[in-house]
Amino acid sequence: MTATTVDRPAPRHAGEIKRGVVGRLVDALGSGVVQVVMVLIGLFWLVPTLGLLVVSLRDEAVNNAEGWWTVFTKPAQLTIENYSNLLATGFTASFWNTVFITVPTTVLVIGIAAMAAYAFAWIDFPGRDTLFLIVVGLLIVPIQIALIPIAALYGGLGIFGTIPGVVLFHVAFGLPFAIFLLRNFFVGIPASLLEAARMDGATEWKIFSTVVFPLGKPAIASLGIFQFLWVWNDMLIALVFANTESQPMTKALQSEMRQFGTNVDILAPGAFISVIIPLILFFAFQRYFVQGMMAGSVK
Amino acid sequence: MTERLNGPQGPSSDDGPPPGPSRSSDAEGSAVAGPGATPPESGTASTPQAAPEVATAGAAAPTAVATRRGRLGPSPMIAWIFLLPAALLLGVWVIYPIGYSLYRSLFDASGQSFVGLANYGTIFTDPGTLTTIRNNLIWVVVAPILVTTLGLIFAVLTERIRWATAFKLIVFMPMAVSLMAAGVIFRLVYEQDPDKGVANAILTTVRDTFSPSQGYPDARPREGDTVRAADGGVVATGQPALIPLVGIKAADMPPNAQPAKPGGSGTVWFDFTPGGGGRNGQIDGTEKGLPGMTVEAVQNGRVVATATTAEDGTFSFEGVNGPYEVRLPRSNFEAPFNGLSWLGPTLITPAIIGAFVWVWAGFAMVLIAAGLSAIPRDALEAARIDGATEWQVFRKITVPLLSPVLLVVFVTMIINTLKVFDLVFIIAPPSVQPNANVIALEMWRVSFGGGNNQGLGSALAIFLLVLVLPFMIMNIRRFRREQS
Repeated sequence: MTATTVDRPAPRHAGEIKRGVVGRLVDALGSGVVQVVMVLIGLFWLVPTLGLLVVSLRDEAVNNAEGWWTVFTKPAQLTIENYSNLLATGFTASFWNTVFITVPTTVLVIGIAAMAAYAFAWIDFPGRDTLFLIVVGLLIVPIQIALIPIAALYGGLGIFGTIPGVVLFHVAFGLPFAIFLLRNFFVGIPASLLEAARMDGATEWKIFSTVVFPLGKPAIASLGIFQFLWVWNDMLIALVFANTESQPMTKALQSEMRQFGTNVDILAPGAFISVIIPLILFFAFQRYFVQGMMAGSVK
Repeated sequence: MTERLNGPQGPSSDDGPPPGPSRSSDAEGSAVAGPGATPPESGTASTPQAAPEVATAGAAAPTAVATRRGRLGPSPMIAWIFLLPAALLLGVWVIYPIGYSLYRSLFDASGQSFVGLANYGTIFTDPGTLTTIRNNLIWVVVAPILVTTLGLIFAVLTERIRWATAFKLIVFMPMAVSLMAAGVIFRLVYEQDPDKGVANAILTTVRDTFSPSQGYPDARPREGDTVRAADGGVVATGQPALIPLVGIKAADMPPNAQPAKPGGSGTVWFDFTPGGGGRNGQIDGTEKGLPGMTVEAVQNGRVVATATTAEDGTFSFEGVNGPYEVRLPRSNFEAPFNGLSWLGPTLITPAIIGAFVWVWAGFAMVLIAAGLSAIPRDALEAARIDGATEWQVFRKITVPLLSPVLLVVFVTMIINTLKVFDLVFIIAPPSVQPNANVIALEMWRVSFGGGNNQGLGSALAIFLLVLVLPFMIMNIRRFRREQS
């Protein structure tokens, strides 16, 4: 509060000072209140995840007997038994399925989208603007629209229930966002760099791979993180297109939901394992994550 | 860096669509002539400062610019090579399915017989699907407003704390967690038993702090006693009043209950001696008082005094003259508050919306905070110096300046609520799922989750697409506007 504005007419001045004193009091009080409110909100956001972690680290009998918050007075409850039991089951396989679905998808989306984005940004061709508007339109097409048709298609091709089928579906639905993001970044690359390369007689492929792609790294990193998390965390596509052999963790855990209450000792550690890698990525690369998100939504 | 990623407003704004088609078509005519030298005009104009320059150049010598551009750009054929993989994937996996779904939605479950628009008719007549539409409506009305408002509040408040980065990380973190895991997290939060679910644990604790009434759900006077049951409560006479009750389960007995004593204006106690041997209506050695009972003194139908029983069951009224009746009101005999049944049919949708808000508020906060940091501080300071209160500054300056970001967040949330699936599927227990059902989940359920009716499933998918269509058009329009 800036109350001490000197060059004011007298009545106004008095009012200012009065407001200043009250204002300062309100400020001091207010900032205390704000601090408390913010701590409470922070707790509100932290507690659910903390609950999952603690529950995953306690014996089922203990979980049934008392709330997870009693762990603060009885830390001896903690055990990693649930985790070791879980890893001894087929859950490890679904972990690797998640990896085998997520990594190729991310690589493919980046490669294919970067090529398309390059064409949209730096090559003049008929219908370019219309085509790009279609990509913008496809940004929010609901996945549901493709479930039945692609299931039929996969049935015909014999890739229903396989990892490649899941990957291709993810790649296709990842492309509109990826092309949009990268194209918007690529158009900002200084034209002089491309001009110089074209003058030197470099092919378009060479310009793309040696000039534009390396310069696009920040955007590609953002896209990579985003795409990785999106695929890693997907459940719907896996639910339809993966079978029990190729299922990722989300689907494996979903099939355990029916017995919720009796198998928290499987669900809680499973859910926690499934979020560990996203959380690590998130904390390590949150800058890129935020940038990708902004670029994707502030259109 | 961030500015760059926000591309469209910046550099790219020069190659906008209105002049676009004509530009590209005249480039097309001559581009074949000479690939591989100076790029087209989008190069020269790639910085905003260069834009006027291009404009003047174009006005001065249009033909020269056109030929120069056409001659030196790469061949459009090359563009198609770069676009081919993306076009193939988008064509087969995204665009063709739209057509197929549209076609399939006109056929019955088996796909054999044409039924016209009957599947769409089913959507709007079947009580099950009508529930999903109603629920989606609740979602769309409630969730985006909640998320945007909370995001705005958090973004403004983070500017006033030193640990803003930590706060943002905490609130933003759920964005990295899968909706599936978020669902498991909230199934645990919403557990009915206050000894398991943290939501009810907090509710019961708060409530017990403010009204520590002790409930004795099954307590009642013994048949044929002078003390009688009335109107859900218990009425007794006599001063001091002895009020023996029976039928209390061991689990309902408060741990702090002490052996009952006569005294004060009377005693309420559990007239039962474990192991037998007690006399009915008499306080025997080991019989315990019932603490926390609300006791009222009633004269001529009016409550003239109230008291609460102590650990030994005694109570005393202050300042009551003349004869009165002692009444234990009904509230003493209601089951103690055990929290809300979050996962029951009534509260399930609000409960899932709560989880949704937990997931998305961070997204809203981060976007709005970025918008907030772009607001010129001078404008806010000037208003404060002119005597505007913080609230006025917020309402008249901050919010209007933020409105584009708020709109983006709001629209993104509408789209997300229309498509909401995972959270409902995971949080709602199977028995309650019909009450919590939404369109996206019903589409999956009908086509793959046992419904086995891909005709109706396709119709639901098309319905969902139609619902997001306005936002699709809005996106395209906004993009074109920003480009021109």
